Amino acid sequence: MEVVKVGMADLKVIKAPGILTTLGLGSCVGITLYDKRSKVAGLAHIMLPSSKEIKNNSNKAKFADTGIELLLEKMISIGADRFFLVAKIAGGSQMFSFNSKSNILKIGERNTIATKEKLKELKIPIVSEDTGGNYGRTIELNAEDGSLLVKTIGHGIKNI
Amino acid sequence: MAFDVDDITIDVLKELGNIGSGNAATALATLISKKVDMDVPQVKILDFKDVPKILGGEEVPVVGIYFEMSGEIIGNIMFVLSLESGKNLTNILFNKKNNSMELDEMDMSALSEIGNILASSYINSLSALTGLKLTISVPSLATDMAGAILSVPAIQYGYIADHVLFIETQFQEGDKKVTGNLFMIPEIDSFKKLLKSLGVC
Repeated sequence: MEVVKVGMADLKVIKAPGILTTLGLGSCVGITLYDKRSKVAGLAHIMLPSSKEIKNNSNKAKFADTGIELLLEKMISIGADRFFLVAKIAGGSQMFSFNSKSNILKIGERNTIATKEKLKELKIPIVSEDTGGNYGRTIELNAEDGSLLVKTIGHGIKNI
Repeated sequence: MAFDVDDITIDVLKELGNIGSGNAATALATLISKKVDMDVPQVKILDFKDVPKILGGEEVPVVGIYFEMSGEIIGNIMFVLSLESGKNLTNILFNKKNNSMELDEMDMSALSEIGNILASSYINSLSALTGLKLTISVPSLATDMAGAILSVPAIQYGYIADHVLFIETQFQEGDKKVTGNLFMIPEIDSFKKLLKSLGVC
């Protein structure tokens, strides 16, 4: 089966059969959208919560807000029906811990919150998620059935 | 702000890396009372998507030692090495031959301390060169997939650029080779201040 890799600050869409994967998600969030009728699948690997906080925002896939919008657009363009789309999200962990007020380390949590807000705004339901913690995740979205496999080092494998 | 790194800036950062790593190698040699060889550090600039490749791929297990930098420049410093290099380093340090790929408490504590020495040496060179007052926090260590660990500096660079800039250093003691990567990520205002104090812009 074709496996399509999605890098950091990147997004891809496919039609079944095929697998979309992104490796080693840390504080970034992997957002998958799936339409089971048309079997169109999409995956975005975002790094930051909002394109509005930053001047240098030309790469849309880098941000939760613009990344999800672009992902949606691309999925519709290859035949997805936006009213049948469901989302699954993973990542947003905090890799390092400190007793400090710095919120830069909480970026994982902020990415997750921003992702959920954007999906809510677009009225796309989140059917499952595996977010938070302090470890990395590799995810694989199967375009055949929309299942999302989450793999970790030392924290098991699960299908969400 | 676009992250236009011209040749002069790269040269300055390279020299900075050179001095910092030189000091770090000396500190390391003193610590283990052995001769430590060091290659000329490489300053690299990569796209986000290519970042995990430096350590052999997104899923390769790596060790990251992370510091907060404060003072006249605010930002972060992270020292990353593959689990294999980390193991080599602790074997050099404790003069042992342990082929297991697991890090025990002692290993982690030793790596945190080595990270501390490297980051401090780097900061001291930077401080001496720029005249800016700098301090770093205590280390925080994590081991996980390269992609996950490197997402931390990549995200912080994400605020200022579409690229990541880092310094690769190689140490060697006997046949044990250690490749480490040092990321220094100033916050956007501090980045300008840093370049200015170095006479670059």
